[in-house]
Amino acid sequence: MDFVVVAVVLAVIAVFLSAPFRRTPALGGAGANGAGRDSRARASDVAELEAAREAKYREIRDAELDHRTGKLSEADYEAVDGSLRAEAIEILHRLDSISKR
Amino acid sequence: MAPVGRTLLFVGLLLTAYGIGASLYGARTGRRDWVDSGRRAVYALAGVMTIAWVILEAAFYRSDFTFNVVAQHSSTTTPLFYKLAAPWSSQEGSLLLWVWLLSLWSSLILFLTRNRVREIAPYATAVLLGFAAFFTSLAAFWANPFTTTATPPTEGAGLDPLLLHPSMMIHPPMLYSGYTLLTIPFAFAVGALITGRLGNEWISVTRRFALAAWLFLGVGVVLGARWSYTELGWGGYWAWDPVENAALMPWLATTAFIHSVMIQEKRGMLKVWNVSLILGAGTLAILGTFLVRSGILDSIHAFGASTLGIPFVVLLAVMLGSSVWLVLRRRDRLRSEAQLDSLLSREAVFLLQNLVLVAMVFVIFWVTFFPLISEAVTGTKVSVGPPAFRPFIVPLALVLVGLAGIGPIIAWRRVTAANLRTNFALPVLAALITLVVLVVAGGGADTRPFALIMFVFGAFVVTSVLQEFVRGVIARRAMTHESPAVALGRLVRRNRRRYGGYIVHLGLAVLLIGVAASSSFQHSRDVVLKPGQSASVDGYKIRYVRPTASATSQKLSFGAVLNVSKGGHHVTTLRTTRGFYPSQDPTLGQVGRFFSGNADSDVGLRAGLTKDIWTVANPNLQPLQPLINQADKLFASALPRVMSRAAKLPRAQGIQAVNQLWALRDQAVGVITARYVRHPWPVNFLLIVDPLVTWIWLGAIIMAGGGLIALWPIPSLARRRRTAPVPARRPVAPPVAPPPEPVKEPV
Repeated sequence: MDFVVVAVVLAVIAVFLSAPFRRTPALGGAGANGAGRDSRARASDVAELEAAREAKYREIRDAELDHRTGKLSEADYEAVDGSLRAEAIEILHRLDSISKR
Repeated sequence: MAPVGRTLLFVGLLLTAYGIGASLYGARTGRRDWVDSGRRAVYALAGVMTIAWVILEAAFYRSDFTFNVVAQHSSTTTPLFYKLAAPWSSQEGSLLLWVWLLSLWSSLILFLTRNRVREIAPYATAVLLGFAAFFTSLAAFWANPFTTTATPPTEGAGLDPLLLHPSMMIHPPMLYSGYTLLTIPFAFAVGALITGRLGNEWISVTRRFALAAWLFLGVGVVLGARWSYTELGWGGYWAWDPVENAALMPWLATTAFIHSVMIQEKRGMLKVWNVSLILGAGTLAILGTFLVRSGILDSIHAFGASTLGIPFVVLLAVMLGSSVWLVLRRRDRLRSEAQLDSLLSREAVFLLQNLVLVAMVFVIFWVTFFPLISEAVTGTKVSVGPPAFRPFIVPLALVLVGLAGIGPIIAWRRVTAANLRTNFALPVLAALITLVVLVVAGGGADTRPFALIMFVFGAFVVTSVLQEFVRGVIARRAMTHESPAVALGRLVRRNRRRYGGYIVHLGLAVLLIGVAASSSFQHSRDVVLKPGQSASVDGYKIRYVRPTASATSQKLSFGAVLNVSKGGHHVTTLRTTRGFYPSQDPTLGQVGRFFSGNADSDVGLRAGLTKDIWTVANPNLQPLQPLINQADKLFASALPRVMSRAAKLPRAQGIQAVNQLWALRDQAVGVITARYVRHPWPVNFLLIVDPLVTWIWLGAIIMAGGGLIALWPIPSLARRRRTAPVPARRPVAPPVAPPPEPVKEPV
C-alpha cells in the first residue's frame, strides 16, 4: 500500500514537472537565442515602467487627497501636481518608445 | 503511513534540488520551459508537504504511538483540539510546518507572478527552494517526524501543559506564517539584485506579502503576550524573553520596510535602504526560527533545545554574507533617483521613523544576545532582563508614537508653515489638554514622566488620525454628496493603504497607552492568606473565601475562590487554579507522580476597560506530602505482589487484578486531593490590579483590522475608471497633459 502511494505520487510529479517541455517545445528553443533574450529584457523594462506608472498615478491621487484634506496649500498642490504629471508623462513616453522598438 | 512520510521528505528534497537546478538553468539560458518546470517543482513540493503534514496530523489524531513524536508530545487523554496543535510543539513537527507553510506561500507568489517579473522570478524560485531544501534536510536527517518504534508505549507523555491554551493553537502557526512570508520579499530582493532589475516591479509584487508577514507576526506576538498574561502566572504579558524578541525584531524591521518602500515607489529614493531592510528582515526571520528551535538562549518559550544550532548558523552566515555582497555589487544601480524636497515632508518623517525602528531592532538584538556575547568574551554568561531594555526602548517608543501622529497629517514632498498650523492645531490642542488634565488630576504622573509623555503623544495620535478621517469624509462629501457613513466607507475602500495605515497608527497609540499605563501604575501584592482572610490592593479588598480541588484523568487542580469588593460593594468573584499533570517518571512514586508533574496556572481575571484584577494561587502541597509518601510506600509494596499474582492468573483475570490496583490508586489520589479542601492551609497569592491592560488587546485588534484593510487588494484602476461616478475635477492645460486615470474619480 505504502509503495503504491509513493509510486503514484512520483508518477504524478514526473508528469507535472515535464508538462512545460511537452507543451511548449518551440518557446523553449526560441527563448535561448539572442532575440528571445532581448524580448524578455524588453518585457521586463515595460513591466518596470508600468509599475512606475501605477505608482505615479497613486502619487497624483495621494497629492490630490492631501490637497483636499488641507495638507497641501493651493500653491504647493499646483507645483507638486504639475511636477507629478510631468513625471507621469515622461514614463508614458518611455513606455511608448519601448513599444515602438 | 510513516514510511510514506519519510519517503515524501526525500521526494521533497529531490524536488528542491531539481527546482533550483531547473530555475537557474532556465534563467541562464533563457529557456522558459525550464523556468516553468522549476516553478512547478514548488507547486509539487507544496503538494508533497501537504500530504506529509496530513499523515502527521492523522497520527496525532489517532494517538498512533508508533510515531515517536506522537508518543513524546501527545496522549490519549489530550483533548482533540490540542492533539491537532501538538505537532508544532515538537521540534520535528515544527520543522515540517515551516517547510509546508513556505511551500504554500511560495506557490502562491509564484502563481501570481507566473507572467510577471520574468527575469527575477527564476532566481527568487531558486532562493525559496533553497530555504525549503534547508528545512526539509533538517526534517529528514536531524529531526524526522516520521521515525517510529517497534515497541510503542501504551500511553504518550502528553503535551507540555503550558501549551494547553487556546492561543497556542494559533500562536505558532501565526509566527511561522510570518517568518515564511518574509522569505518571499527576501527571495525577490535577491532576484532583483542578481538581475539588476531594481525598479518598482519586485516591490509591487511582494509588498503585499511583506504586509501579510507583518500582520501574521504581529498577531503571533500579541497572542504570545496574551498567553503569557493568562497562563504563565507571573503577572505580566511581556518579559523581553529571547523568543519574544526574536519575533519582535523582524516585525519592527518589516514595519520600517512597509513605510520606507513607499518612498521608493513614489520617489525612487532609499533603494539601498529598502533592499537592505528586507534582506535584514528575512535574515531576522531565520534568526527567530533559530532561537526557538535551537534553545541557544534560555527562554520559557524555547521548547526545542537541540543540536540544530550549527546548520542554522551556517544558513544565517550565508544569508548575511550573500546579502552584503549583492548590495555592494549593485550599489551603482541602487542610487536614489531624487532627493528629499524638504525636511518638513512625510518622506522625512518616514525616514526618521525608520531610523527609530532600526535602532530598536539593534537595541533588542544587542541586549538579547548580550549573554552569548559576554560568554564569548569573558567566559561568563551574564543574565539580562527587562531593565536592560527599558532605558533604550522606552524613549525610542515615545519618539515612534510621536511620529505615528505626525505622519498622517503631513503631506508628501513639502508643506508650508500655514498648512502645518492648520493640521497640527487640533492634535496639539488635544495633547495639551491631556497633559493639563493629567497633571492637574495627579495620579502620580509626576513620578512617571515617560507614562505621562506616552499619554500625551497617544492623545496627539488619536486626534490626528480622527481628524484625517473627518477631513477625508468632508472632502468626499463635497464631491459626491453621500451620507457620512457611505462617504467614510467609500473613502476607506478607495484608499485602503492610506486609511488602513491610519487605523494601524490609531491601534498602536491605544496599545502603547495600555503598555505605559499597565507597566507604570500596576499595584501588586504577594500575600499568604488563610480562608476568610483578606488583603487590600489599590483600594480593593480581596478575600480568600475557600479552597477548591479536583482530580481528573488529565490533571489535579488546586485552586481558590476569592471575593473582590470596594467600599463595601461586591465587585467580582475570582477563581484561580493550579493544575498538576501526572509525570511519567516512575521514581516519583505511584501516587507522588500525580502531584509532581508539570504544572500550569489558570489565573483569576476580571478584565475591564479601565482595570484588570488579576490573581494566581500557588497552593502549598507540603502538608499533603506525608500522606503521599505513605501511599507511595503502600503501592510500591503492593504492586509487585499484585503483578506476580496476576501473572499466575488467566489473562483476563490478571488484567482485572491489576486494574483493581490502579482503581485503588486513583481513589487514593482523589482522597488526598480532597483533603486539601477539608483541611485548608495558607495559600500564597499574587494579587495585581493593573490599569488599561485591555487597551493592549484592543489596540492589537485595531492594528490587525487596519492591517487587513491595507492588505486587501485595491480594485484595478481600469475598473475604477469605468465605475467612477463623477467626471474629471478640472481640465489641465497643456503642455503638461493629465494622465487620465487618477483624476476622474472622487477621493
